[in-house]
Formats: sequence, C-alpha cells, structure tokens
Amino acid sequence: MNWQHFPNSVNIALMTMLGLLALASTVSLALVKLKPQKDYCELRQRVRTWWWIVSVFAVALLFNRTISVWVFGIVSFLAFKEYLSLIPTRRADHRVLLWAYLAIPVQYYWVWQNWYGMFIIFIPVYMLLILPMRMVLIGETQGFLRAIGTLHWGLMITVFSLSHMAYLLVLPEAKNPVGGVAGLLIYLVFLTEINDVSQYIWGKTFGKRKIIPKVSLGKTVAGFIGGVLTTVCLAALVAPSLTPLSLYEAIAAGALIGLAGFIGDVTISALKRDLGVKDSGSILPGHGGILDRLDSLTYTAPLFFHFVYYLHY
Amino acid sequence: MLRYLFYLLVVKPLVSIVLGINVRHRERLITHGSALIVANHNSHLDALALMSLFPQNAIANVHPVAAADYFLTNRFLKWFALNIIGIIPINRNEAASGRDVLKLVLAALDRNAVLIFFPEGTRGEPENMGRMKNGIASIVAMRPQVPVTPVFFYGLGKSLPKGEIVLAPFFIDAFVGKPLLWGGNKQDFMAKLNAEMSALQEQARQAAARTED
Repeated sequence: MNWQHFPNSVNIALMTMLGLLALASTVSLALVKLKPQKDYCELRQRVRTWWWIVSVFAVALLFNRTISVWVFGIVSFLAFKEYLSLIPTRRADHRVLLWAYLAIPVQYYWVWQNWYGMFIIFIPVYMLLILPMRMVLIGETQGFLRAIGTLHWGLMITVFSLSHMAYLLVLPEAKNPVGGVAGLLIYLVFLTEINDVSQYIWGKTFGKRKIIPKVSLGKTVAGFIGGVLTTVCLAALVAPSLTPLSLYEAIAAGALIGLAGFIGDVTISALKRDLGVKDSGSILPGHGGILDRLDSLTYTAPLFFHFVYYLHY
Repeated sequence: MLRYLFYLLVVKPLVSIVLGINVRHRERLITHGSALIVANHNSHLDALALMSLFPQNAIANVHPVAAADYFLTNRFLKWFALNIIGIIPINRNEAASGRDVLKLVLAALDRNAVLIFFPEGTRGEPENMGRMKNGIASIVAMRPQVPVTPVFFYGLGKSLPKGEIVLAPFFIDAFVGKPLLWGGNKQDFMAKLNAEMSALQEQARQAAARTED
C-alpha cells in the first residue's frame, strides 16, 4: 500500500482541517483585539492546543503503519496513565499495574500485525482473566473487586476502545477506493470532534433544559439535538469522498457518532464527578487532560469501527 | 560529562515521558547561586524528579544531599551516587556530633551550589510530609544568606513505593513554595518552613480534588 499518496479527497479533508484551525486562530485573535477588556486566555490556549492535536494526528497518518501504530499506542499510554493517576489504587497492586501497562504494546502489536481475532479478544478476554490472576497471586483480598473492576474498565476504555482508531488504518485499502487507508479514520475523528464542538455551540446558543443534570450541568437538550443533526448532515455530506458508505449508511453513521459521542463525553464526566476532579489532567493546556479530549472517541471509535466493519469488511 | 548526559538522556526523558510532571511555580526555583531546596521524600525518584525540574545548563551546579550509610556502602553504588547522580554525602550516624558532618555541605554552598534536602531523613508515607529534622536549620544558621525553597511532590509514592524496584508510570505533581530566609531563630525558622510545607501539601490536596462548579 502507498501511504504517502492519498486520494485527492483525503488531501482535501486534511486541508479543510487546517483551514478550520486557521479560522479558529483568526477568530480568537480578532476577539482579543476587538474586546480587550475580556479575558480570552483560555480560548487562545485551547486553539493553540488544537494545533498540536492536529499535528500529532497528521504525523499519525502521513508516514507509514509503524509510525501510526506508535502514535496511537502512545496516546493510549498517556490516557491510561492519566486514568491510573486519578483513581485510587492499592499499594499491593504495584506489579499488577505494570502488567496492565504491558497490555498496551501487545494490543498495538496485534493492530500492526493486522491480526483481527487477537486484537478483538486480547483485552476483553485474556487481560480480563490474567489481571485478577496476578492480583490473587499477590494475595491482598481487601478491596479486590473494586481494584480489578476499576483497572480493567480503564484498560478497556483507554486501550481497547481507542485502539480501534488505529485498526481503521489497517483495514484493506481496496474496500475503500475513495478514502484510501486514512479515509475512515479521518471521517470518524473529524465527525466526533465536530459533534463535540457543535453540541457545545448549539447548547450555548439555544440550550435551556438540562439533559442530564446529575452528571453534567453543561449538557442541554437543544445542544444534544442540534449537535446530532449537524453531525448527521456532515456525515452524509462527507461520506462519498472518504468512505464506502451509502447515503443511508452515512446518515446512520452520523447518528451513531452523535449519540455515542455524547454518551462517551458524559461517561468520562461521571468518572470525574465520582473522583471529585474538574479535569482529568493538565497535559493539554485549555482542554485539561488527554481523557477530557478523547472522552467521546472512547465510545465512537469502537462503535463506528464495528458499524463499518459489519457493513463493508 | 557522563553526569550531564545521564540527566539529559535518562532522567529528563524518564521523568517527562514515562512519568509526566506538572509543576506549579517552577519560576520560584533558584537555579544559580547557593540555595537550598527542601522536599518530601517518598521514593528514590524524588531526587531525580527534582533534578529534572532544573534547566539542563544548571544541572552541574545542583546536588542532592543523601545518606552516606545508604549510598556509599558498595563500590558501584558509591561511584554511581557520587559521579553520576552527584550526591553530597552526609553521615546520618554522626549527625549528633555537629559541625564536621556538614563540612561537605557547607563547602558546596560556599561554591554557590544548589543543594536538595529531604529533611524527613528517610522515605516516609506516600504523599505525606513527616516531621522535618532540625539539621536544615543548623545549616541555614551557619549560612544565613542562603534561601530555602520548599517543594512538595504528589504521586511519586505511587510510582515507586519503598521496597519496589520497578517503577509504574503515573502523572506526578510538584508544588514549589516561596523561598524562605533565616530569621535568626531555629524554632521560628522550622515553624515557618513546616507551615509553608503544610500549605503546599494542602494545595496539592485541593488540586487533586477540584470539584466541578
């Protein structure tokens, strides 16, 4: 396969992302100039961090499979590390945590190998069985259930779920002539992020009734509906140039991403609420932690992957 | 040279990539000219994590002060501790005998070194500051112009607890306090230092639990 030469549509998609970022930078700079009395520090920081995120994403796409898999592996590592830094862990589980960390390179090796069967069962089955065994060998039973439950859930969310993004890159290229290797991944990530942003904007503009006030005060019914509709429209519009999806399939994919993105977002919010923190970390200035940014993708990546996989692969 | 490369190629990547450190008020660290840094001690990583906060060009001038009876026991460890990590050894057993123990420390301060101290004496309970020993006050009493900067680390006890040899990656937080100066009285100085350290510890607690809205 030829990674350097994307189909034209993919080049256009990448250019569009750069264009959107440039627009965001211009708007934020203009706001600073026009309303000097207001503090736009966080907005500027946010946009600047978006440039970093898109650059890393571009590096993940532009070279070859090895580099792609490395980048996504490191992203999973950072997310898992952030998760473990947040949750209470037992002193006795020090070694078990190392085993859990080791699952990351192994999982991404299956991706690199394009070994689908192993990729799909390694964490849900083998790690589910191995980690408690390792804990039992240490022998600390106080808090065992809580420890193994939180550890495996974290591994599923930050490693298993997110590794589906990387697996989109190793699906057979011939099945997606318009999008090439990178089309599906760009489609997924672009729509998930647009969904986040548009749910936020719709919510800020028209939102009144809170949709799930116990978990998140910022989420409104109007934001949710407006966001999902925006995502569905864009999904249908972009699908012919990046994916093998038909019009109806694209509408379903858009609805799936809109809905799943929302659920991923509030699931991570619930986690943060439970732990009493506002942000999951501080690695991305203006956004918070890496999980704050990837929250929606933890749901959309596996769901979109299996949707496409069932229909076309 | 080896020491420079060790910090550049091993310590800095280890602390920034494998662990990941979030520093509040890094600018308060005094990097040149004689100074003391005082930190809580939870793991062997403390000294290395603290060292990594300094700019690479200042490293040659920064030294952790460490127990001679722990680090100078075998030949390899001694060579590594003195030449690579660059510790200034201090003999805990002779601590009662006064001035002589601090000879190397005072000499280093007179050479404008920045020295790192763990005044709990030994690695304490994770994320907690034990009672600080008074040795630090004795040093400042003899060199009253030297500022003392407290630093509180959160998360290192989780990463490499006492008794473990393999470190687990965790994000860690470092809180740098305001530099303190010797006021002329041992009790007052230790009280000030303890208060500043408790304030940092409280700040760490709050940072770990910033409730939404």
